[in-house]
Amino acid sequence: MKTILKNISWRSWRVWQRNFDVYKATWKVNFIPPLLEPLLYLLAFGFGFGNLIQNVTYEGQAVTYLKFLAPGLVASAIMNHGFFETTYASFVRMYFQKTYDAILSTPLMLEDVILGEIIWGATKALLAGSFMLVIACLWGLISWTAALMMLPIAFLAGMAFSGMGMCFTAVVKNIEMFNFPVFLLITPMFLFSSVFFPIESLPRWTQYVAQAMPLTFLVSVLRALVMGHFYQPHIIQIVGLLAIAVICTFLSIFLMKKKLLK
Amino acid sequence: MGIMKNSEENIIHAKGLSKAFGDVQAVDQIDFTVKKQSCFGFLGPNGAGKTTTIRMISCFLEPSDGVLEVLGKNVKESPRYIKERIGICPQEDNLDPDLTVENNLRVFARYFDIVGKEANLRSEELLHFMGLFSKRKATIEELSGGMKRRLIIARSLLNRPKLLVLDEPTTGLDPQSRHQIWEKLQQLKNEGTTILLTTHYMEEAARLCDQLVIMDQGKIVVEGEPKALIEQHIGSSIVEIESDQEDVEIYLKAHGLEFERNPTHFFIYGRAIMSLWPEISQKFGEKFCVLRMATLEDVFLKLTGRALRES
Ligand SMILES: Nc1ncnc2c1ncn2[C@@H]1O[C@H](COP(=O)(O)OP(=O)(O)O)[C@@H](O)[C@H]1O
Ligand SMILES: [Mg+2]
Repeated sequence: MKTILKNISWRSWRVWQRNFDVYKATWKVNFIPPLLEPLLYLLAFGFGFGNLIQNVTYEGQAVTYLKFLAPGLVASAIMNHGFFETTYASFVRMYFQKTYDAILSTPLMLEDVILGEIIWGATKALLAGSFMLVIACLWGLISWTAALMMLPIAFLAGMAFSGMGMCFTAVVKNIEMFNFPVFLLITPMFLFSSVFFPIESLPRWTQYVAQAMPLTFLVSVLRALVMGHFYQPHIIQIVGLLAIAVICTFLSIFLMKKKLLK
Repeated sequence: MGIMKNSEENIIHAKGLSKAFGDVQAVDQIDFTVKKQSCFGFLGPNGAGKTTTIRMISCFLEPSDGVLEVLGKNVKESPRYIKERIGICPQEDNLDPDLTVENNLRVFARYFDIVGKEANLRSEELLHFMGLFSKRKATIEELSGGMKRRLIIARSLLNRPKLLVLDEPTTGLDPQSRHQIWEKLQQLKNEGTTILLTTHYMEEAARLCDQLVIMDQGKIVVEGEPKALIEQHIGSSIVEIESDQEDVEIYLKAHGLEFERNPTHFFIYGRAIMSLWPEISQKFGEKFCVLRMATLEDVFLKLTGRALRES
Protein backbone atom coordinates (compact mmCIF):
# COMPACT_ATOMS: atom_id res chain seq x y z
CA MET A 1 0.00 0.00 0.00
CA LYS A 2 2.77 2.41 0.95
CA THR A 3 4.87 1.52 -2.08
CA ILE A 4 1.82 1.78 -4.31
CA LEU A 5 1.23 5.33 -3.08
CA LYS A 6 4.92 6.15 -3.47
CA ASN A 7 5.08 4.84 -7.00
CA ILE A 8 1.90 6.42 -8.37
CA SER A 9 2.83 9.54 -10.28
CA TRP A 10 1.77 12.03 -12.94
CA ARG A 11 3.58 9.79 -15.42
CA SER A 12 0.33 7.79 -15.70
CA TRP A 13 -0.56 10.59 -18.07
CA ARG A 14 1.98 9.19 -20.55
CA VAL A 15 0.04 5.93 -20.70
CA TRP A 16 -3.17 7.85 -21.28
CA GLN A 17 -1.45 9.76 -24.09
CA ARG A 18 -0.29 6.54 -25.71
CA ASN A 19 -3.82 5.18 -25.77
CA PHE A 20 -5.22 8.48 -26.98
CA ASP A 21 -2.69 8.54 -29.86
CA VAL A 22 -3.85 5.10 -30.95
CA TYR A 23 -7.48 6.18 -30.59
CA LYS A 24 -6.90 9.24 -32.77
CA ALA A 25 -5.15 7.20 -35.44
CA THR A 26 -8.20 4.95 -35.76
CA TRP A 27 -10.86 7.51 -34.86
CA LYS A 28 -13.34 6.48 -37.55
CA VAL A 29 -13.58 2.96 -36.20
CA ASN A 30 -13.69 4.29 -32.66
CA PHE A 31 -16.34 6.92 -33.29
CA ILE A 32 -19.02 5.18 -35.24
CA PRO A 33 -20.08 2.28 -32.99
CA PRO A 34 -20.60 4.34 -29.82
CA LEU A 35 -22.53 6.89 -31.88
CA LEU A 36 -24.76 4.26 -33.51
CA GLU A 37 -25.38 2.35 -30.32
CA PRO A 38 -27.59 5.00 -28.65
CA LEU A 39 -29.53 5.52 -31.86
CA LEU A 40 -30.29 1.81 -32.10
CA TYR A 41 -31.40 1.63 -28.48
CA LEU A 42 -33.61 4.66 -28.75
CA LEU A 43 -35.18 3.42 -31.98
CA ALA A 44 -35.84 -0.04 -30.58
CA PHE A 45 -37.17 1.14 -27.26
CA GLY A 46 -38.71 4.41 -28.39
CA PHE A 47 -40.72 3.09 -31.32
CA GLY A 48 -40.79 -0.59 -30.59
CA PHE A 49 -41.01 -1.28 -26.90
CA GLY A 50 -42.01 2.25 -25.86
CA ASN A 51 -45.34 2.01 -27.67
CA LEU A 52 -46.41 -0.80 -25.33
CA ILE A 53 -45.81 1.30 -22.25
CA GLN A 54 -47.18 4.79 -22.04
CA ASN A 55 -45.89 6.24 -18.77
CA VAL A 56 -43.70 5.23 -15.86
CA THR A 57 -44.08 6.56 -12.34
CA TYR A 58 -40.94 8.19 -10.96
CA GLU A 59 -41.01 9.81 -7.51
CA GLY A 60 -44.80 9.87 -7.66
CA GLN A 61 -44.90 11.60 -11.01
CA ALA A 62 -45.69 10.20 -14.43
CA VAL A 63 -42.93 10.41 -17.06
CA THR A 64 -42.77 9.06 -20.59
CA TYR A 65 -40.94 5.77 -20.94
CA LEU A 66 -38.22 7.22 -23.17
CA LYS A 67 -37.50 9.99 -20.68
CA PHE A 68 -37.25 7.35 -17.96
CA LEU A 69 -35.03 5.16 -20.11
CA ALA A 70 -32.58 7.78 -21.46
CA PRO A 71 -30.42 8.25 -18.31
CA GLY A 72 -30.37 4.46 -17.86
CA LEU A 73 -28.95 4.02 -21.34
CA VAL A 74 -26.33 6.69 -20.66
CA ALA A 75 -25.36 4.84 -17.48
CA SER A 76 -25.09 1.44 -19.14
CA ALA A 77 -22.97 2.91 -21.95
CA ILE A 78 -20.61 4.24 -19.28
CA MET A 79 -20.46 0.87 -17.57
CA ASN A 80 -19.94 -1.17 -20.73
CA HIS A 81 -17.27 0.99 -22.26
CA GLY A 82 -15.40 1.50 -18.99
CA PHE A 83 -15.44 -2.19 -18.17
CA PHE A 84 -14.63 -3.44 -21.65
CA GLU A 85 -11.67 -1.11 -22.08
CA THR A 86 -9.80 -2.39 -19.01
CA THR A 87 -10.75 -6.03 -19.57
CA TYR A 88 -10.58 -7.10 -23.22
CA ALA A 89 -8.62 -4.10 -24.54
CA SER A 90 -6.15 -3.93 -21.64
CA PHE A 91 -5.66 -7.68 -21.71
CA VAL A 92 -4.73 -7.54 -25.39
CA ARG A 93 -2.24 -4.77 -24.68
CA MET A 94 -0.76 -6.51 -21.69
CA TYR A 95 -0.77 -10.12 -22.83
CA PHE A 96 -0.60 -10.20 -26.62
CA GLN A 97 1.10 -6.92 -27.47
CA LYS A 98 3.44 -6.78 -24.43
CA THR A 99 2.82 -3.06 -24.28
CA TYR A 100 3.14 -3.05 -20.49
CA ASP A 101 6.52 -4.78 -20.68
CA ALA A 102 7.74 -2.13 -23.09
CA ILE A 103 6.48 0.72 -20.93
CA LEU A 104 8.03 -0.82 -17.83
CA SER A 105 11.49 -0.47 -19.38
CA THR A 106 11.09 3.31 -19.14
CA PRO A 107 10.91 5.44 -15.96
CA LEU A 108 7.27 4.42 -15.56
CA MET A 109 6.36 1.99 -12.80
CA LEU A 110 3.59 -0.62 -12.95
CA GLU A 111 1.51 1.67 -10.71
CA ASP A 112 1.66 4.38 -13.37
CA VAL A 113 0.71 1.94 -16.11
CA ILE A 114 -2.35 0.58 -14.32
CA LEU A 115 -3.58 3.97 -13.15
CA GLY A 116 -3.08 5.34 -16.67
CA GLU A 117 -5.06 2.45 -18.13
CA ILE A 118 -7.92 2.96 -15.67
CA ILE A 119 -8.05 6.69 -16.37
CA TRP A 120 -8.07 5.87 -20.06
CA GLY A 121 -10.94 3.41 -19.51
CA ALA A 122 -12.83 6.16 -17.66
CA THR A 123 -12.17 8.46 -20.61
CA LYS A 124 -13.63 5.93 -23.03
CA ALA A 125 -16.63 5.60 -20.70
CA LEU A 126 -17.02 9.36 -20.60
CA LEU A 127 -16.87 9.53 -24.39
CA ALA A 128 -19.48 6.79 -24.82
CA GLY A 129 -21.71 8.43 -22.22
CA SER A 130 -21.32 11.76 -23.98
CA PHE A 131 -22.37 10.37 -27.35
CA MET A 132 -25.44 8.93 -25.72
CA LEU A 133 -26.12 12.24 -23.99
CA VAL A 134 -25.83 14.25 -27.19
CA ILE A 135 -28.36 12.03 -28.93
CA ALA A 136 -30.69 12.13 -25.93
CA CYS A 137 -30.43 15.94 -25.78
CA LEU A 138 -31.13 16.29 -29.50
CA TRP A 139 -34.09 13.95 -29.04
CA GLY A 140 -35.32 16.28 -26.33
CA LEU A 141 -35.12 13.65 -23.58
CA ILE A 142 -32.44 15.32 -21.46
CA SER A 143 -31.75 19.03 -21.04
CA TRP A 144 -28.31 20.33 -22.02
CA THR A 145 -27.75 21.67 -18.48
CA ALA A 146 -28.50 18.28 -16.92
CA ALA A 147 -26.21 16.65 -19.48
CA LEU A 148 -23.39 18.99 -18.55
CA MET A 149 -23.79 18.17 -14.85
CA MET A 150 -23.65 14.47 -15.68
CA LEU A 151 -20.19 14.63 -17.24
CA PRO A 152 -18.11 14.59 -14.03
CA ILE A 153 -20.34 11.81 -12.67
CA ALA A 154 -19.83 9.88 -15.89
CA PHE A 155 -16.06 10.11 -15.50
CA LEU A 156 -16.18 9.09 -11.85
CA ALA A 157 -18.38 6.09 -12.66
CA GLY A 158 -16.03 5.32 -15.54
CA MET A 159 -13.19 5.10 -13.01
CA ALA A 160 -15.27 2.71 -10.88
CA PHE A 161 -16.16 0.35 -13.74
CA SER A 162 -12.69 0.52 -15.31
CA GLY A 163 -11.17 -0.20 -11.91
CA MET A 164 -13.44 -3.23 -11.54
CA GLY A 165 -12.44 -4.42 -14.99
CA MET A 166 -8.74 -4.07 -14.21
CA CYS A 167 -9.13 -6.25 -11.11
CA PHE A 168 -10.39 -9.07 -13.35
CA THR A 169 -7.61 -8.47 -15.87
CA ALA A 170 -5.11 -8.97 -13.06
CA VAL A 171 -6.51 -12.42 -12.22
CA VAL A 172 -7.77 -14.08 -15.42
CA LYS A 173 -5.54 -16.64 -17.11
CA ASN A 174 -6.89 -16.15 -20.62
CA ILE A 175 -9.17 -13.79 -22.46
CA GLU A 176 -12.13 -16.20 -22.55
CA MET A 177 -12.36 -16.02 -18.77
CA PHE A 178 -13.79 -12.52 -19.04
CA ASN A 179 -17.07 -14.24 -19.93
CA PHE A 180 -17.55 -14.89 -16.21
CA PRO A 181 -17.63 -11.29 -14.98
CA VAL A 182 -19.59 -10.28 -18.06
CA PHE A 183 -22.34 -12.82 -17.51
CA LEU A 184 -22.29 -12.80 -13.73
CA LEU A 185 -21.83 -9.08 -13.15
CA ILE A 186 -22.27 -6.83 -16.16
CA THR A 187 -25.33 -8.49 -17.71
CA PRO A 188 -27.27 -8.74 -14.40
CA MET A 189 -26.47 -5.10 -13.67
CA PHE A 190 -27.63 -4.10 -17.13
CA LEU A 191 -30.91 -5.96 -16.60
CA PHE A 192 -31.70 -5.21 -12.96
CA SER A 193 -30.22 -1.79 -12.14
CA SER A 194 -33.40 0.08 -13.04
CA VAL A 195 -32.15 0.92 -16.51
CA PHE A 196 -35.39 -0.43 -18.03
CA PHE A 197 -37.85 -0.44 -15.12
CA PRO A 198 -38.10 0.90 -11.56
CA ILE A 199 -36.49 -1.39 -8.99
CA GLU A 200 -39.74 -1.38 -7.02
CA SER A 201 -41.30 -3.66 -9.63
CA LEU A 202 -38.91 -6.48 -8.62
CA PRO A 203 -39.62 -9.08 -5.89
CA ARG A 204 -38.48 -7.75 -2.52
CA TRP A 205 -35.28 -9.79 -2.02
CA THR A 206 -34.15 -8.99 -5.56
CA GLN A 207 -34.64 -5.34 -4.75
CA TYR A 208 -32.00 -5.53 -2.01
CA VAL A 209 -29.50 -7.06 -4.40
CA ALA A 210 -30.33 -4.53 -7.09
CA GLN A 211 -29.96 -1.63 -4.66
CA ALA A 212 -26.38 -2.67 -3.95
CA MET A 213 -25.30 -2.74 -7.60
CA PRO A 214 -22.86 -0.03 -8.67
CA LEU A 215 -24.85 0.54 -11.85
CA THR A 216 -27.94 1.23 -9.73
CA PHE A 217 -26.04 4.06 -8.00
CA LEU A 218 -25.17 5.58 -11.34
CA VAL A 219 -28.62 5.23 -12.93
CA SER A 220 -30.21 6.68 -9.84
CA VAL A 221 -27.91 9.72 -9.77
CA LEU A 222 -28.24 10.41 -13.49
CA ARG A 223 -32.01 10.01 -13.43
CA ALA A 224 -32.24 12.37 -10.47
CA LEU A 225 -30.34 14.98 -12.45
CA VAL A 226 -32.62 14.54 -15.47
CA MET A 227 -35.78 14.79 -13.40
CA GLY A 228 -34.49 17.54 -11.14
CA HIS A 229 -35.07 15.44 -8.01
CA PHE A 230 -31.54 15.41 -6.61
CA TYR A 231 -31.52 14.57 -2.87
CA GLN A 232 -29.14 13.45 -0.13
CA PRO A 233 -29.29 9.70 -0.96
CA HIS A 234 -27.86 10.55 -4.35
CA ILE A 235 -24.84 12.14 -2.72
CA ILE A 236 -24.30 8.92 -0.80
CA GLN A 237 -24.49 7.01 -4.09
CA ILE A 238 -21.87 9.31 -5.59
CA VAL A 239 -19.63 8.67 -2.60
CA GLY A 240 -20.28 4.96 -3.16
CA LEU A 241 -19.03 5.22 -6.73
CA LEU A 242 -15.99 7.14 -5.54
CA ALA A 243 -15.23 4.46 -2.97
CA ILE A 244 -15.51 1.71 -5.60
CA ALA A 245 -13.20 3.66 -7.90
CA VAL A 246 -10.54 4.14 -5.22
CA ILE A 247 -10.72 0.62 -3.82
CA CYS A 248 -10.69 -1.08 -7.23
CA THR A 249 -7.78 1.05 -8.44
CA PHE A 250 -5.65 0.08 -5.45
CA LEU A 251 -6.77 -3.52 -5.51
CA SER A 252 -6.05 -3.92 -9.21
CA ILE A 253 -2.55 -2.44 -8.81
CA PHE A 254 -1.91 -4.76 -5.90
CA LEU A 255 -3.12 -7.82 -7.84
CA MET A 256 -1.26 -6.80 -10.97
CA LYS A 257 2.02 -6.42 -9.07
CA LYS A 258 1.54 -9.90 -7.71
CA LYS A 259 0.85 -11.26 -11.18
CA LEU A 260 3.62 -9.55 -13.14
CA LEU A 261 6.44 -8.87 -10.71
CA LYS A 262 6.41 -11.85 -8.39
CA MET B 1 26.67 0.96 -0.12
CA GLY B 2 29.62 3.12 -1.04
CA ILE B 3 32.20 0.68 0.28
CA MET B 4 33.44 -0.24 -3.17
CA LYS B 5 36.44 1.60 -4.44
CA ASN B 6 36.11 3.02 -7.94
CA SER B 7 32.35 2.61 -7.72
CA GLU B 8 32.22 5.33 -10.39
CA GLU B 9 33.83 2.85 -12.75
CA ASN B 10 31.38 0.08 -11.96
CA ILE B 11 28.19 0.32 -13.98
CA ILE B 12 26.80 -2.88 -12.48
CA HIS B 13 27.82 -4.57 -9.29
CA ALA B 14 26.20 -7.82 -8.17
CA LYS B 15 27.04 -9.81 -5.07
CA GLY B 16 25.29 -13.02 -4.03
CA LEU B 17 22.52 -12.10 -6.45
CA SER B 18 19.71 -14.68 -6.43
CA LYS B 19 16.21 -15.12 -7.75
CA ALA B 20 13.86 -17.96 -6.90
CA PHE B 21 10.48 -18.65 -8.51
CA GLY B 22 8.87 -20.93 -5.98
CA ASP B 23 11.11 -23.99 -5.93
CA VAL B 24 13.05 -23.03 -9.03
CA GLN B 25 16.32 -21.28 -8.22
CA ALA B 26 16.63 -19.37 -11.50
CA VAL B 27 19.65 -17.34 -10.41
CA ASP B 28 21.79 -18.72 -7.63
CA GLN B 29 24.30 -16.54 -5.76
CA ILE B 30 26.10 -14.88 -8.64
CA ASP B 31 28.78 -12.19 -8.37
CA PHE B 32 29.90 -10.00 -11.22
CA THR B 33 30.98 -6.47 -12.00
CA VAL B 34 30.52 -4.59 -15.24
CA LYS B 35 33.05 -1.83 -15.83
CA LYS B 36 32.31 1.45 -17.49
CA GLN B 37 32.64 1.51 -21.29
CA SER B 38 33.11 -2.22 -21.58
CA CYS B 39 31.02 -4.91 -23.23
CA PHE B 40 30.01 -7.69 -20.88
CA GLY B 41 28.51 -10.95 -22.09
CA PHE B 42 26.25 -13.56 -20.49
CA LEU B 43 26.49 -16.94 -22.16
CA GLY B 44 24.65 -20.06 -21.20
CA PRO B 45 22.23 -22.74 -22.40
CA ASN B 46 18.47 -22.19 -22.31
CA GLY B 47 17.18 -21.87 -18.78
CA ALA B 48 20.58 -20.86 -17.38
CA GLY B 49 19.09 -17.73 -15.81
CA LYS B 50 20.34 -15.06 -18.23
CA THR B 51 16.98 -13.42 -18.86
CA THR B 52 16.14 -13.49 -15.17
CA THR B 53 19.41 -11.71 -14.41
CA ILE B 54 18.67 -9.12 -17.07
CA ARG B 55 15.17 -8.60 -15.74
CA MET B 56 16.60 -7.89 -12.31
CA ILE B 57 19.07 -5.40 -13.78
CA SER B 58 16.20 -3.69 -15.63
CA CYS B 59 14.25 -3.43 -12.35
CA PHE B 60 11.48 -5.74 -13.62
CA LEU B 61 11.99 -8.35 -10.95
CA GLU B 62 13.22 -7.78 -7.43
CA PRO B 63 16.15 -9.98 -6.41
CA SER B 64 15.11 -12.49 -3.77
CA ASP B 65 18.57 -12.28 -2.24
CA GLY B 66 21.88 -10.49 -2.58
CA VAL B 67 22.95 -7.02 -3.64
CA LEU B 68 22.48 -5.54 -7.08
CA GLU B 69 23.60 -2.02 -7.89
CA VAL B 70 23.17 -0.42 -11.27
CA LEU B 71 24.79 2.98 -11.94
CA GLY B 72 25.68 3.06 -8.28
CA LYS B 73 22.06 2.70 -7.08
CA ASN B 74 20.31 -0.23 -5.49
CA VAL B 75 17.68 -1.71 -7.81
CA LYS B 76 15.21 -2.10 -4.94
CA GLU B 77 15.49 1.51 -3.85
CA SER B 78 15.90 3.49 -7.06
CA PRO B 79 14.20 1.70 -9.96
CA ARG B 80 13.00 4.92 -11.58
CA TYR B 81 16.46 6.50 -11.44
CA ILE B 82 17.99 3.43 -13.06
CA LYS B 83 15.30 2.91 -15.70
CA GLU B 84 15.59 6.52 -16.77
CA ARG B 85 19.27 6.02 -17.59
CA ILE B 86 19.50 2.59 -19.17
CA GLY B 87 18.31 1.14 -22.48
CA ILE B 88 16.70 -2.28 -22.65
CA CYS B 89 16.26 -4.61 -25.64
CA PRO B 90 14.11 -7.49 -24.46
CA GLN B 91 14.32 -11.04 -25.75
CA GLU B 92 10.73 -10.91 -27.01
CA ASP B 93 9.60 -8.30 -29.49
CA ASN B 94 7.39 -5.79 -27.70
CA LEU B 95 7.09 -3.05 -30.29
CA ASP B 96 3.71 -1.34 -30.29
CA PRO B 97 1.70 -2.85 -33.18
CA ASP B 98 -0.88 -0.08 -32.86
CA LEU B 99 1.67 2.55 -33.91
CA THR B 100 3.83 3.20 -36.98
CA VAL B 101 7.61 2.86 -36.87
CA GLU B 102 8.24 6.56 -36.19
CA ASN B 103 5.39 6.78 -33.70
CA ASN B 104 6.79 3.82 -31.83
CA LEU B 105 9.86 5.95 -31.22
CA ARG B 106 7.99 9.18 -30.48
CA VAL B 107 5.60 7.59 -28.01
CA PHE B 108 8.48 5.76 -26.33
CA ALA B 109 10.52 8.96 -26.10
CA ARG B 110 7.60 10.59 -24.35
CA TYR B 111 7.82 8.07 -21.52
CA PHE B 112 11.27 9.58 -20.91
CA ASP B 113 9.82 13.09 -21.09
CA ILE B 114 11.47 13.65 -24.44
CA VAL B 115 8.73 15.47 -26.35
CA GLY B 116 8.04 17.76 -29.30
CA LYS B 117 10.85 18.79 -31.56
CA GLU B 118 13.49 17.02 -29.51
CA ALA B 119 11.60 13.74 -29.79
CA ASN B 120 11.27 14.12 -33.56
CA LEU B 121 14.94 14.94 -33.99
CA ARG B 122 16.10 12.10 -31.80
CA SER B 123 13.78 9.61 -33.53
CA GLU B 124 14.92 10.70 -36.97
CA GLU B 125 18.57 10.50 -35.96
CA LEU B 126 18.13 6.97 -34.66
CA LEU B 127 16.12 5.85 -37.69
CA HIS B 128 19.03 6.97 -39.83
CA PHE B 129 21.56 5.33 -37.53
CA MET B 130 19.75 1.98 -37.65
CA GLY B 131 19.01 2.23 -41.37
CA LEU B 132 15.25 2.41 -40.97
CA PHE B 133 14.49 5.92 -42.16
CA SER B 134 12.81 4.76 -45.35
CA LYS B 135 10.50 2.59 -43.24
CA ARG B 136 9.43 5.35 -40.87
CA LYS B 137 5.78 5.35 -42.05
CA ALA B 138 5.50 1.56 -42.08
CA THR B 139 3.50 -0.45 -39.58
CA ILE B 140 5.29 -2.94 -37.36
CA GLU B 141 3.71 -5.84 -39.24
CA GLU B 142 5.44 -4.75 -42.42
CA LEU B 143 8.92 -5.06 -40.91
CA SER B 144 11.17 -8.09 -41.25
CA GLY B 145 12.62 -9.75 -38.16
CA GLY B 146 15.93 -7.93 -38.59
CA MET B 147 14.21 -4.57 -38.98
CA LYS B 148 12.15 -5.14 -35.84
CA ARG B 149 15.32 -5.90 -33.91
CA ARG B 150 16.97 -2.75 -35.22
CA LEU B 151 13.91 -0.71 -34.31
CA ILE B 152 13.98 -2.11 -30.78
CA ILE B 153 17.64 -1.14 -30.52
CA ALA B 154 16.84 2.33 -31.87
CA ARG B 155 14.08 2.59 -29.28
CA SER B 156 16.42 1.59 -26.47
CA LEU B 157 18.82 4.39 -27.45
CA LEU B 158 16.27 7.22 -27.30
CA ASN B 159 17.27 8.26 -23.79
CA ARG B 160 21.02 8.17 -24.60
CA PRO B 161 21.54 5.33 -22.11
CA LYS B 162 24.68 5.00 -20.03
CA LEU B 163 24.13 1.27 -20.10
CA LEU B 164 22.60 -0.73 -22.93
CA VAL B 165 21.19 -4.13 -22.00
CA LEU B 166 20.43 -6.58 -24.81
CA ASP B 167 18.82 -9.98 -24.32
CA GLU B 168 19.70 -12.19 -27.31
CA PRO B 169 19.80 -9.30 -29.78
CA THR B 170 20.47 -11.46 -32.84
CA THR B 171 18.67 -14.72 -32.16
CA GLY B 172 16.69 -15.87 -35.17
CA LEU B 173 18.19 -13.35 -37.59
CA ASP B 174 19.79 -14.04 -40.96
CA PRO B 175 23.58 -13.53 -41.24
CA GLN B 176 23.23 -10.14 -42.95
CA SER B 177 21.02 -8.74 -40.23
CA ARG B 178 23.24 -10.20 -37.56
CA HIS B 179 26.36 -8.59 -38.97
CA GLN B 180 24.54 -5.30 -39.34
CA ILE B 181 23.61 -5.36 -35.67
CA TRP B 182 27.14 -6.29 -34.63
CA GLU B 183 28.42 -3.35 -36.60
CA LYS B 184 26.05 -0.97 -34.81
CA LEU B 185 26.86 -2.37 -31.40
CA GLN B 186 30.57 -2.05 -32.14
CA GLN B 187 29.97 1.58 -33.11
CA LEU B 188 28.08 2.26 -29.88
CA LYS B 189 30.82 0.59 -27.90
CA ASN B 190 33.45 2.76 -29.59
CA GLU B 191 31.39 5.82 -28.67
CA GLY B 192 31.64 4.79 -25.03
CA THR B 193 28.31 3.09 -24.28
CA THR B 194 28.58 0.30 -21.74
CA ILE B 195 26.92 -2.82 -23.11
CA LEU B 196 25.64 -5.95 -21.44
CA LEU B 197 24.34 -8.71 -23.67
CA THR B 198 23.25 -12.31 -23.59
CA THR B 199 23.74 -14.54 -26.58
CA HIS B 200 23.82 -18.06 -27.90
CA TYR B 201 26.29 -17.14 -30.60
CA MET B 202 29.82 -17.64 -29.45
CA GLU B 203 31.12 -15.71 -32.41
CA GLU B 204 29.05 -12.77 -31.27
CA ALA B 205 30.46 -12.94 -27.77
CA ALA B 206 34.04 -13.42 -28.97
CA ARG B 207 33.71 -10.46 -31.32
CA LEU B 208 32.00 -7.95 -29.03
CA CYS B 209 32.69 -8.83 -25.42
CA ASP B 210 35.67 -7.65 -23.39
CA GLN B 211 34.59 -9.80 -20.50
CA LEU B 212 32.07 -12.61 -20.26
CA VAL B 213 30.59 -15.17 -17.94
CA ILE B 214 29.20 -18.57 -18.77
CA MET B 215 26.13 -19.42 -16.72
CA ASP B 216 24.54 -22.78 -16.17
CA GLN B 217 21.64 -23.70 -13.89
CA GLY B 218 21.62 -20.29 -12.24
CA LYS B 219 25.31 -20.25 -11.43
CA ILE B 220 28.32 -18.63 -13.03
CA VAL B 221 30.57 -21.44 -14.26
CA VAL B 222 33.45 -19.31 -15.44
CA GLU B 223 34.38 -15.69 -16.02
CA GLY B 224 37.07 -14.06 -18.11
CA GLU B 225 38.16 -12.50 -21.38
CA PRO B 226 37.14 -14.56 -24.42
CA LYS B 227 40.69 -15.19 -25.67
CA ALA B 228 42.04 -16.01 -22.24
CA LEU B 229 39.16 -18.42 -21.60
CA ILE B 230 39.87 -20.34 -24.80
CA GLU B 231 43.56 -20.49 -24.04
CA GLN B 232 42.93 -21.57 -20.46
CA HIS B 233 40.31 -24.25 -21.04
CA ILE B 234 41.07 -25.62 -24.51
CA GLY B 235 44.43 -24.34 -25.70
CA SER B 236 44.86 -22.84 -29.12
CA SER B 237 43.68 -25.82 -31.18
CA ILE B 238 41.31 -28.74 -31.04
CA VAL B 239 41.21 -32.04 -32.89
CA GLU B 240 37.97 -33.74 -33.88
CA ILE B 241 37.91 -37.39 -34.86
CA GLU B 242 34.81 -38.79 -36.50
CA SER B 243 34.62 -42.22 -34.96
CA ASP B 244 32.74 -44.35 -32.47
CA GLN B 245 35.48 -46.93 -32.04
CA GLU B 246 36.84 -47.97 -28.67
CA ASP B 247 40.40 -48.11 -29.99
CA VAL B 248 40.38 -44.32 -30.36
CA GLU B 249 39.50 -43.96 -26.71
CA ILE B 250 42.18 -46.43 -25.72
CA TYR B 251 44.75 -44.55 -27.80
CA LEU B 252 43.81 -41.17 -26.33
CA LYS B 253 43.91 -42.49 -22.80
CA ALA B 254 47.25 -44.12 -23.41
CA HIS B 255 48.67 -40.75 -24.48
CA GLY B 256 47.13 -39.00 -21.49
CA LEU B 257 45.11 -36.64 -23.70
CA GLU B 258 42.16 -34.66 -22.43
CA PHE B 259 39.10 -35.44 -24.55
CA GLU B 260 35.33 -35.65 -24.71
CA ARG B 261 33.28 -38.04 -26.72
CA ASN B 262 29.76 -38.16 -28.07
CA PRO B 263 28.15 -40.95 -30.13
CA THR B 264 29.83 -39.82 -33.36
CA HIS B 265 32.90 -37.77 -32.46
CA PHE B 266 35.90 -37.39 -30.19
CA PHE B 267 37.04 -33.89 -29.20
CA ILE B 268 40.63 -33.65 -28.06
CA TYR B 269 42.10 -30.66 -26.24
CA GLY B 270 45.39 -29.66 -24.75
CA ARG B 271 48.79 -28.42 -25.81
CA ALA B 272 50.11 -31.87 -26.70
CA ILE B 273 47.81 -32.34 -29.68
CA MET B 274 49.94 -30.23 -32.03
CA SER B 275 52.82 -32.66 -31.82
CA LEU B 276 50.57 -35.72 -31.96
CA TRP B 277 48.48 -34.47 -34.88
CA PRO B 278 50.48 -36.12 -37.70
CA GLU B 279 50.31 -39.44 -35.92
CA ILE B 280 46.59 -39.12 -35.16
CA SER B 281 45.59 -38.23 -38.70
CA GLN B 282 47.74 -41.08 -40.00
CA LYS B 283 46.31 -43.58 -37.60
CA PHE B 284 42.61 -42.78 -37.82
CA GLY B 285 42.45 -41.56 -41.40
CA GLU B 286 42.88 -38.02 -42.75
CA LYS B 287 39.29 -38.05 -43.92
CA PHE B 288 38.01 -38.50 -40.38
CA CYS B 289 40.31 -36.12 -38.52
CA VAL B 290 40.20 -32.34 -38.32
CA LEU B 291 42.62 -29.96 -36.65
CA ARG B 292 41.21 -26.51 -36.16
CA MET B 293 41.47 -23.36 -34.05
CA ALA B 294 39.75 -23.61 -30.71
CA THR B 295 36.77 -21.29 -30.29
CA LEU B 296 34.65 -20.04 -27.49
CA GLU B 297 32.05 -22.61 -28.49
CA ASP B 298 34.45 -25.35 -27.47
CA VAL B 299 34.86 -23.76 -24.06
CA PHE B 300 31.11 -23.43 -23.77
CA LEU B 301 30.41 -27.03 -24.69
CA LYS B 302 33.19 -28.31 -22.48
CA LEU B 303 31.92 -26.43 -19.44
CA THR B 304 28.17 -26.79 -19.89
CA GLY B 305 28.22 -30.26 -21.39
CA ARG B 306 26.98 -31.47 -24.74
CA ALA B 307 23.62 -32.78 -23.55
CA LEU B 308 20.51 -31.09 -24.87
CA ARG B 309 18.75 -28.59 -22.61
CA GLU B 310 15.03 -29.00 -22.65
CA SER B 311 13.85 -25.86 -20.90
N1 LIG C 1 8.32 -15.97 -14.25
C1 LIG C 1 8.84 -17.18 -14.00
N2 LIG C 1 8.19 -18.07 -13.22
C2 LIG C 1 8.71 -19.28 -12.96
N3 LIG C 1 9.89 -19.72 -13.44
C3 LIG C 1 10.58 -18.90 -14.24
C4 LIG C 1 10.10 -17.60 -14.56
N4 LIG C 1 11.02 -16.99 -15.38
C5 LIG C 1 12.00 -17.89 -15.55
N5 LIG C 1 11.76 -19.04 -14.88
C6 LIG C 1 12.65 -20.22 -14.80
O1 LIG C 1 13.92 -19.77 -14.41
C7 LIG C 1 14.94 -20.46 -15.13
C8 LIG C 1 15.82 -19.46 -15.85
O2 LIG C 1 15.11 -18.89 -16.93
P1 LIG C 1 15.68 -17.72 -17.83
O3 LIG C 1 16.26 -16.68 -16.97
O4 LIG C 1 14.60 -17.31 -18.77
O5 LIG C 1 16.84 -18.48 -18.62
P2 LIG C 1 17.64 -18.07 -19.93
O6 LIG C 1 17.27 -16.67 -20.31
O7 LIG C 1 19.07 -18.22 -19.58
O8 LIG C 1 17.23 -19.06 -21.00
C9 LIG C 1 14.24 -21.44 -16.03
O9 LIG C 1 14.22 -22.68 -15.39
C10 LIG C 1 12.83 -20.89 -16.15
O10 LIG C 1 11.91 -21.91 -16.37
MG1 LIG D 1 16.51 -15.90 -22.07
